[in-house]
Order: sequence, then C-alpha cells, then structure tokens
Amino acid sequence: MAFSTTLYNTFFRRNSVFVSTIFVGAFTFGIGFDTAVTSFYDKWNKGKQWKDIRHKYVEAAEE
Amino acid sequence: MLSRQALRKAASPLLRQKSIPLAVRNASTSSSSTAFQSFLNSRLTLASVSLLTAGSVAWYTHLYGSLPFLAEVHASHASDEGLHPPKYPWPQDGLLDTFDHASIRRGYQVYREVCAACHSLDRIAWRNLVGVSHTVDEIKAMAEEIEYTDGPNDEGEMFQRPGKLADYMPAPYPNEEAARAGNAGALPPDLSLIVKARHGGADYIFSLLTGYVDPPAGVEIRDGMNYNPFFPGGAIGMARVLFDGLVEYEDGTPATTSQMAKDVVTFLHWAAEPEHDERKKSGLKAVILLSAMTVISLYVKRFKWTPIKNRKIFYDPPVDKTH
Ligand code: HEC
Repeated sequence: MAFSTTLYNTFFRRNSVFVSTIFVGAFTFGIGFDTAVTSFYDKWNKGKQWKDIRHKYVEAAEE
Repeated sequence: MLSRQALRKAASPLLRQKSIPLAVRNASTSSSSTAFQSFLNSRLTLASVSLLTAGSVAWYTHLYGSLPFLAEVHASHASDEGLHPPKYPWPQDGLLDTFDHASIRRGYQVYREVCAACHSLDRIAWRNLVGVSHTVDEIKAMAEEIEYTDGPNDEGEMFQRPGKLADYMPAPYPNEEAARAGNAGALPPDLSLIVKARHGGADYIFSLLTGYVDPPAGVEIRDGMNYNPFFPGGAIGMARVLFDGLVEYEDGTPATTSQMAKDVVTFLHWAAEPEHDERKKSGLKAVILLSAMTVISLYVKRFKWTPIKNRKIFYDPPVDKTH
C-alpha cells in the first residue's frame, strides 16, 4: 500500500511528471539496452570486428 | 464374401452354427476353415501387411530418394546442374556472428590484385570500405591512385582527376562488349551481389574457385573453356585464377589457394550484404524486446481476466412479497 501510494504520488499524480517520466525512461532505457546488447555482441564476436583490428592499421598510418 | 464368411466362422461358434446351411450351399467354392485360413483373413494381418508395405516403400524412398520399381527419366544429365557445394563453416554463419573483418581486408586485396582484372564491383564505393576493412587515410590513398573521368568543366570538356572517397570501384572494361571480347565471348559478371545471386552463395563461389580439376574421361571441353564440376554444365569461361602464393598478405597469413578463396569470398559476401553485422545486432534487440513484450502482454491478459474467469453467477429469484 505504502509503495503504491508513493508511486502514485511521485509519478502519476501530475500529468507533466507522468509524461516526462515516460520520455526520460524511454531515453535512458534505449541507451542502456543498446549498451548492454552491444557489449554482449562485441564479446561474442571478439577479435572479428573492425574495432578489434583497427589499432593495427591506425598506428601503422601514423608512423 | 469368402473372407467375411471365414471370419464369421472363426469369430463365434454361435454364428458358425447358423451359417452351416450357407457353407454347405457354397461347399464347392468355400474352403474348409483352418487356423491358417483365419490367420490369412484376419484384419490384423491385413493391417500389418499394409503397414509393412507402406513402411518399406517409405524407407526406400527416404534412403534412395526415388520410388522403388519406378524408373525415372531425365531430359538432362545431373552434371547440368553442377555439383552441389559442401557446407563450409564460415565465421559469419551463426545467428549472432559478424564477419571476420581481417578476412574482409585480405579478401579485398585478393579482389584488387586478381579478380579486378576481369570483374567489376559496381555497387561498392571507396567510402564503403572505411571502418570495415581499412582506415580513411588508407582508402583515400588507394582512391587517389586511380584516375577518374569527370566533368564537363567550364569549357565543356571532360577531364581526368584522382579518385576520391565518393567514387565507385573502377571497372576493368568500359562496356560489356569489351569485356566479352577480352574473355573469348564470356562475360565476367559484376561481383557486387554475386554471393546473393548464386545458389549455394558463399559455399558455391568458394567451391568454384577451388574446384578446378581435369575433365573426366569422356567429357570434352572446347578450346578456351575450362572444366569445373561446380559450374552448371561443367564448362566455364573463367580459368583457374588462384594458385598458392599468388598474393602476399601484409598480416603474414600464408596465401594458400583455399585461404585466398575464403578471404575473397568473405569480401564478396560483405559486398553483397554490407548491412550484415548491424542487421544481426538489430535482430537480437528485436527478439529480446518482442519476447519481453509478449510475456508482459500474456501476464496482463491473465491479470485482467482472472476476476472474470473465476466469478460465479448466482440466480437469486425475486421473492414474492405480496403474500
Ligand atoms: C581472366 C579473367 C578473370 C579473372 C582474373 C577472374 N575471373 Fe571470374 N569470371 C571470368 C569470366 C570470363 C567469367 C564468366 C564465365 C562463364 O560464364 O563461363 C567469370 C565468372 C565468375 C563467376 C560467376 C560464375 C557463375 O556461377 O556464373 C564468379 C563468382 C567469379 N568469376 C569469381 C571470380 C573471383 C572471385 C575471381 C578472383 C579470385 C575471379 N573470378 C577472377 C573471368 C575472370
């Protein structure tokens, strides 16, 4: 009861807060989800992608 | 008639007694009722024999790929279809596997040094290679080595200029006729989408490049043609182009025929599907999100319907209060 009341009072009571919560939530979830999936994907494909071999050629170009 | 009679006889002594006059009447045609007879005529026997027959025909068809006792006639010889390529374990095979970009880089080198003499790669621009197999500076330098015709300029004339990132890969021949004339009438196809354009895709092209052998006895190959069992028809205009040690890889990988074939096919696979790596990542995200949404919607549905599904409706007849 207490939790749902707090929840209601903080997020649902005022429409402005409610809408901004959704927007901010979607934004942060988007970034977080993308970061999580990308880090898994990069681990899974370790050593195969361009970012894994790039350093060999960038240094060579600078020398 | 016969079987039904026999069955009835075997089935029930009562029935047998009743049917005696009938049996007498048909004495000449109906045989005596033995245990063997009733076995032959039983439904169980019929069913199991049918099952055995259908089963062995199905098994034969599964094993040999054709129905038994039925000869097949083909207007074409099986070699017209080309040998089916074996399935190779590519690094990009799995649902979540990206290309091996070091291999794309080596494959570009093979394309440039070998295949580009005959094959164009129309749909790939220099900029497409940036961040895939080469750095910007490398690509700029490579593009600048090639002269492109541009224009018209202020005087209305075409002029030559060094290549830039936005230019597409230069073609070896100015037009199809020139390409055919240079290859004994055979047109070397553009390789941009070749992996998508052939049955068997990457496996086929790898097999084609490594599959050149002497024609078997009885197969005649015209002058200027080459025998390759993987090519439909067997006779291909392109000769074997990859030989051990043909290129020198900068990363020290031994340039065997199969290594070069693998690398150039990986490069061509990337050229046909440049979105490949990103596509698989988006697919992973979509599957995660959609399955989470499915679970949530199933839960919400049950949550909302629980009171409705569990309610009991009672009929409370109105009490007549007038008495
Ligand atoms: C000497 C010129 C020449 C070179 C070099 C060359 N090809 Fe070809 N290629 C041809 C010709 C000509 C054909 C058309 C053959 C035909 O249709 O009979 C062809 C056809 C092909 C085909 C299509 C086969 C099909 O199923 O239709 C592929 C794929 C191919 N070449 C890949 C390559 C690759 C990869 C390389 C580099 C390792 C390469 N070629 C190098 C001349 C060449």
